Amino acid sequence: MLRYALKRIGIALLTIFALTTITFFLLHLLPGDPFLNIKVPVAIQEKQMAYYGLDKPILQQYFIYLKNLLTGNLGTSLKYVGRNVTDIIADFFPVSAALGLIALFFAELIGMTFGILSAQFKNRWPDYLLMFFAILGIALPSMVIGPLIRYFFGVELRLLPVSGWGTPEQIIMPAFVLGLATVAANTRMMRACMLAVTTQDYIKTAQAKGLTPTQIVMRHELKNSLVPMLAGIGPAVASVMMGSFVVEKIFVIPGLGKHFVNAVTTLDYPLIMSLTIFYGTILVTMNLLVDLLYGVVDPRIRLD
Amino acid sequence: MADQVLFELKSVSKHFQVKNAGVLKAVNGVSLTIYKGETLGLVGESGCGKTTLGHTMVKLYKNDGGMITYKGRDIWDFNRRQNMNYHKNVQIIYQDPYASLNPLHVVRQSIAEGLEIHKLYKGKKRTERVMELLRMVGLNQEHANRFPHEFSGGQRQRIGIARALAVEPEIIICDEPVSALDVSIQAQIVNLIMRLQREIGLSYLFITHDLSLVKQISDRIAVMYLGAIVELAPAQSLYEHHYHPYTSALLSAIPIPDPEVEKKRKRIMLSGDVPNPINLGGGCSFRSRCPKAAKRCELECPQLKEITPGHFAACHFAE
Repeated sequence: MLRYALKRIGIALLTIFALTTITFFLLHLLPGDPFLNIKVPVAIQEKQMAYYGLDKPILQQYFIYLKNLLTGNLGTSLKYVGRNVTDIIADFFPVSAALGLIALFFAELIGMTFGILSAQFKNRWPDYLLMFFAILGIALPSMVIGPLIRYFFGVELRLLPVSGWGTPEQIIMPAFVLGLATVAANTRMMRACMLAVTTQDYIKTAQAKGLTPTQIVMRHELKNSLVPMLAGIGPAVASVMMGSFVVEKIFVIPGLGKHFVNAVTTLDYPLIMSLTIFYGTILVTMNLLVDLLYGVVDPRIRLD
Repeated sequence: MADQVLFELKSVSKHFQVKNAGVLKAVNGVSLTIYKGETLGLVGESGCGKTTLGHTMVKLYKNDGGMITYKGRDIWDFNRRQNMNYHKNVQIIYQDPYASLNPLHVVRQSIAEGLEIHKLYKGKKRTERVMELLRMVGLNQEHANRFPHEFSGGQRQRIGIARALAVEPEIIICDEPVSALDVSIQAQIVNLIMRLQREIGLSYLFITHDLSLVKQISDRIAVMYLGAIVELAPAQSLYEHHYHPYTSALLSAIPIPDPEVEKKRKRIMLSGDVPNPINLGGGCSFRSRCPKAAKRCELECPQLKEITPGHFAACHFAE
């Protein structure tokens, strides 16, 4: 187990190194530069470039970046003048992470519950109803559902605040919109996992032994269905913690999501690099955790 | 043989609706009696409805027609308490020892589950009971905390047997319990099953397609073809005289462990195919492959009739 973990950590570091390198060179392949502006004299633009070291040969820039990265210096933003990239992430990430984790927690819980119910009522009306909503949840993008529920619950019914961040009420709507697709996807997947387990002989034995359907779900089906469900959770956690451009925009939430988009459109090199590496690190860590969890949940999976 | 009747099946049928095809009569009018303490062998080829019948008896399916009584009472008329009692007394062992154990439960959990559900052997006694069961099936205490994937097929089948025995059932329905195992392991498991019968006085419905095996272990044998019993007789009697042409063909296929005799063994080769079990018409279902088939077989479905005392066959020409 320990050897396995160490090996995986090694691979994770390599992955992040590759990610850094590829992102770095791809970024610099993009046409234009961050200070390109027809209103600003060329001499000033060149001075700005030189100030940030962007006039140096690309390979040299790369090694400087690596050296800084290893010493924990992520650089300063080119657009938010004077702001450290680390500070930006530290300011906005907790908001996105909190919203994302709350949304995901409920989405997993509700999705799995719906999936179990759906499987229990296979091909009867509760199943059809849940599957209908699941398809709807997957098909409706957040930019449609977001404004709709915001208008309905925020403006018409005045039940929930339309925007902002800080109070529990302000979390409900964005978390719902953020988690909807996950609920839907989880419902369908959990249903499939449950049905795959249901046909096993040990379930028939349990039935023949006189266990009630609820006992069969709790004792046998649930845990066996969780094993395949685990695979999806790692990437979901990572992605949801990074914030969503659309949801944060709709509900005016000071999260990390907008920076992913803004940093690219403004070619804020250090910010893009840091966000990518940060996301990559969390993703790799989550996947590693999930893989280690497999060994705990399913004794057949040996980690070595 | 004890005379107490455990199971009485009266023209039990179980039909499945097959999409765009019709009705599959998996079990079609089966009547059987199982006595306390006996082993009733149920033989037949794949798809003849043996397993469906077994599953119907443990209430995994509800029979569409006929009646199943256990100790004189319809199994679908039980109240909750009687129903639990029925589930305690009638256990099942499966063919595939790899699919019949929950992979996430250690052996102890699998065996103890029945005890928990039926509230038997509380507390420390429960652990002792599990250990005792492991000993009974030839495993030892260290095995209790292992997962199914750490065992061989034969060992897993022993665990399945211990699980069935745990709640002290009166009858175990053995659904091809050894056909997934190596021949050498088969013998061990069969011996175990027989020894347990002697020690505890269990009854078995032993479902199999292995004719030489069923001869060894059964008191009586029922031969099944396409959802119906075609011959039913005490084991010895069946091997000496068989009245149904299907039984004759089956028995002629058993190899004889003596090369001289084996060379002279005459096999009755059946021609024709098993008819599509969906939408079987009237008449004898075996007629398409029967060497004796006549006009009468097309028109009239033969019923089980007693040829000699205790020996039944469903053939117009049996006498």
